[in-house]
Amino acid sequence: MTEEISPMTEAESPLVEASTTPDATLAASDVVLEAVGVTKRFGAVVALRGIDMQLRRGEVLGLVGDNGAGKSTLVKILCGFHPPDTGKIYVEGKEVSFRSVADARGFGIETVYQDLALVPQLTVAQNLFLNREITLFGKVGWLSAGKMRRLAKKYLEDIKVEIPDIDAEAESLSGGQRQAIAVARATRQNAKILLLDEPLAAMGARESALIVDLVKDLSRNRGVSMIVIDHNYTHLFELCDRINVIQQGRIALDQQVKDTSVEELTKFMVSEYRRELAAGQQLLEQ
Amino acid sequence: MARATASDNETPQNPVPKGPGSVAYRLVQRAMQQRELTVVLVTLFVIIYFGIANSAFFTTANIITVCQYLASIAVIAFGEVLILSLGEIDLSAGAVYLSSPWFMYLFWTHGMPIGWAIVAAMVCSAGVGMINGLITVWLNVSSLIVTLAVNYVLFGFVLIESNDIQVDMPGQTGHFSIIFGVGAWSTTLWAAAMMLAIWALLKRTRFGLHVTATGGNLLAAAESGIRVRRVKVWCFIIISAASGLIGILDAIRIGSINPGSSGLDTVLPGIVAAVVGGTALTGGRGTIVGAALGAIFLGVLEDGFNLIGVNANWFYLAEGVMILVAMVANTQLGTVARRFRR
Ligand SMILES: Nc1ncnc2c1ncn2[C@@H]1O[C@H](COP(=O)(O)OP(=O)(O)O)[C@@H](O)[C@H]1O
Ligand SMILES: [Mg+2]
Repeated sequence: MTEEISPMTEAESPLVEASTTPDATLAASDVVLEAVGVTKRFGAVVALRGIDMQLRRGEVLGLVGDNGAGKSTLVKILCGFHPPDTGKIYVEGKEVSFRSVADARGFGIETVYQDLALVPQLTVAQNLFLNREITLFGKVGWLSAGKMRRLAKKYLEDIKVEIPDIDAEAESLSGGQRQAIAVARATRQNAKILLLDEPLAAMGARESALIVDLVKDLSRNRGVSMIVIDHNYTHLFELCDRINVIQQGRIALDQQVKDTSVEELTKFMVSEYRRELAAGQQLLEQ
Repeated sequence: MARATASDNETPQNPVPKGPGSVAYRLVQRAMQQRELTVVLVTLFVIIYFGIANSAFFTTANIITVCQYLASIAVIAFGEVLILSLGEIDLSAGAVYLSSPWFMYLFWTHGMPIGWAIVAAMVCSAGVGMINGLITVWLNVSSLIVTLAVNYVLFGFVLIESNDIQVDMPGQTGHFSIIFGVGAWSTTLWAAAMMLAIWALLKRTRFGLHVTATGGNLLAAAESGIRVRRVKVWCFIIISAASGLIGILDAIRIGSINPGSSGLDTVLPGIVAAVVGGTALTGGRGTIVGAALGAIFLGVLEDGFNLIGVNANWFYLAEGVMILVAMVANTQLGTVARRFRR
């Protein structure tokens, strides 16, 4: 599965050749986020059985897998929400142990959670600034509500997200609008690493195109590294440089997008599914 | 039919009398959007009713009586707004209200100056709140049960310490007493000050926003990095400290403390005031202004029934029915209001 130097690049200049052998000549600092042997269980459920994963600088890494494979759990470990049971996390080559989401944020890691993490009773602006409120008088924490409203409005306009009313409660928004706000909240922070857990799930065509463009822009023009979870292979192939398949808490496949195709990935997933089905039947028959 | 044509071909030059855009419509819309609308209406109704029914209602003496009665309900209600906004409940606030003067009395009889005795009693009250909060968040026990148990513990403590004997409160004379309870408007002004403080805390500070977030969507609050447990513990501390303070002030005002009073009878009107005022029991929505109005509603009811001489046997029945009416009006108006809110 590891990529060999393709004949095409070999024919080109030696400079390019050096940069097209990622695994072999990768400098430590080119990996911005790395998980080594990460495991996690919830009571009797083993969610992650030993994840080894690398995210490189400026790279968009797609993460696919069945429901319950452990994708969200991995994201929640990488962003400091859950501590891993065992295993290590490295940021820019240095081992870290996040004690909280705020800790991870300090390293420039921002997250869009699968459940969006919006508070229905708070307004669009309040949700955009949740736990990063702009305040006066330091410790007292007097809210600069007007300033947050203005900034929220401006940012949403800048990224062309259309929310009719910045003071509307999140409850009154459509699924796609909520998703756009959750994404906007993460992208507003000048993150170095973005973790996006199914950011397009409830979106219509126009909204997803908008988010895809926003994410592309952050990746190409601002060099943000990111992990994107999605079930839509077309979206992923458009966005990603590399795809990891996660199965039953392990990385089952690690493939550069340029070396594979939607068909090939689909074939892999289906054959894995058949294999599991057969294994399950064998178990039943015994 | 008329509706269909109105929406089919837009005719802005032809203003429909009650259509969106007219000033009257917008005023109604604004009013309907206020969660406190129902309680404003029912409170106005009972005030007008009792004002007409009995000429003694609008006298200064009676207004002072009403305010003194409702100050404690209001303060407990303000605390409960914080707690209910979190999606929790505190049934011990009444017992804290009743026990804090006993704490103060104990410190005082052991030789502490009265000012320090008040401070020490408030620290004890805050400590009770901290215990409520810590057990709730760390041992994951429902706050309903934790605070109910603490309510009985405090009740038992008072009975044991007092030997079930009523005592006189210290601090009955001088400027001190005027400020701390004895002055006619003292407890009312304290309650008003606490209203302002808790309103500002809930609606204008980061902490208050985090209270709403924690109660509105616990997981989302935690995922955004809010320390939800800490937020909860602080709210339990605040309601207990506030209830303890107003308890001491009321005890100084009345002049004596009676060990037999029931904490639940004291806290439940506070919860009713908060909920009638528009605070949701399910978390995420709290209104301090509503709670103040709810307390006024309950205070006026109690006082008004006394004034017009409702038979004591009828009193609770009438009060219960009025609370039901207020709550039903709340939910009914709520459905109408949602249409305005879009
Ligand atoms: N907080 C939790 N408590 C208990 N079990 C959990 C929790 N979070 C995830 N799980 C379990 O871990 C497994 C992996 O879940 P998840 O990471 O959400 O999968 P995915 O995102 O790939 O669909 C599932 O079996 C799920 O039920
Ligand atoms: Mg998931």
